[in-house]
Amino acid sequence: MCLGIPSKVIEVDPALKTGRIDYLGTKIKTNFALLEDVKVGDWVIVHAGFAISRLDESDALETLDLLREVADKA
Amino acid sequence: MRSMEAFRDRKVVAGLLGEIAERRRGLPAPVRIMEVCGTHTMTIHRHGLKGLLEAAGVEMVSGPGCPVCITPNEIHEAALGLVTGRENTILATFGDMTRVPTRRGSLQAAVPARGSAVRIVYSPDESLALARRNPDKEVVFFGVGFETTIPSIAFVAKAAAAERLANYSVLAALWVIPPPLKAILTAGEVRISGFLYPGHVSAIIGTEPYEFVARDFGLPGAVAGFEPGDILLGILSLLDQIRDGRPRVANEYTRAVRPEGNPVARALMAEMLDPADACWRGLGVIPASGLKLKPGGAAYDAEAKFGLRIEPRPTDLPGCRCGDVLRGVIAPPACPLFGRACRPDSPCGPCMVSFEGACLVHHKYGAARP
Repeated sequence: MCLGIPSKVIEVDPALKTGRIDYLGTKIKTNFALLEDVKVGDWVIVHAGFAISRLDESDALETLDLLREVADKA
Repeated sequence: MRSMEAFRDRKVVAGLLGEIAERRRGLPAPVRIMEVCGTHTMTIHRHGLKGLLEAAGVEMVSGPGCPVCITPNEIHEAALGLVTGRENTILATFGDMTRVPTRRGSLQAAVPARGSAVRIVYSPDESLALARRNPDKEVVFFGVGFETTIPSIAFVAKAAAAERLANYSVLAALWVIPPPLKAILTAGEVRISGFLYPGHVSAIIGTEPYEFVARDFGLPGAVAGFEPGDILLGILSLLDQIRDGRPRVANEYTRAVRPEGNPVARALMAEMLDPADACWRGLGVIPASGLKLKPGGAAYDAEAKFGLRIEPRPTDLPGCRCGDVLRGVIAPPACPLFGRACRPDSPCGPCMVSFEGACLVHHKYGAARP
């Protein structure tokens, strides 16, 4: 149920707070009412048709660096 | 967001597992971690991490994190009663909900009253669209979920009120995650060394609501994402907290979870919903573990609108041990029905129905199958 899919925003209607995301090539209608100022190009977690969180790329890269660091050490 | 594949890279995962085994060696036995979230259960089994972690000395047990599973029979039966007992009523719900067996069968097999139907929706928004398209019918959205889903259900209730959609209501089965963790720890039936907290519930509620686990129970915890690398990073943090004797709420999913959660979603929940005591399958009544539509929104509350009297009980159907599985007291293969009478194509309880139910996950990916 709490499956959330990381997806890229490809279309936003700022007035209606709806738009579409691209998930592995599939374009899905999405509600952006739970986030502020969603823009085309943002990465978001989508759950049950609603974007619930914006993904932060610098945090993602930091976590990846940490993963690689641990993996290289082992 | 490039290079996300690295979160499941074979070399990275092997390295993390080696490090987990290494850090585990210095700790007194046993290390047993409860993954609260059903989507974590699924990831852990799908990627074979369960056995690999066991080999590294870390036992994972599943918690109550499947909303389809913890919703008591009586609520499923109330939904079924609406669509079979009322004419011209469309019951909209998520797919898993239609297959849950009750004393009266499942929604999927139910014979709706004249002009009535069960409709599967992916998003709560689709249930609103059904109400707009069918002004001559009552549309009831059977909305079930944890904090991940609750804001979107609050959103549709608010939108229906703003539009004055008179033919729309919500049969809400809304559950919040922190109170059952406290109930599990207080009951002490299962000894655990720490919690892996759910990533997407935490994206909404933030990290503060778990602080009591470290403060009052002295137990470590870590919020984790849903790639194998995320989960193993969470477990490393738990091991470090155990070693240092410094329990806290670590956030290992910073790319999606802020300490304060999602303020827009939290405000919407507070605007539309009130906390309520709620009865969970297997766990019983837990104070303030559910949310109800505020009395002002009674026109959109299906329970009030149709005068439903639902008296939920924690019990399973005869023979089914979903309740024990949800408390982490038994693993699915310990249930006598598992893999025999109870299978994905003939489920005896909700944990064999839901995509993230522990029994379905064990049956699909587990080694132990009769």
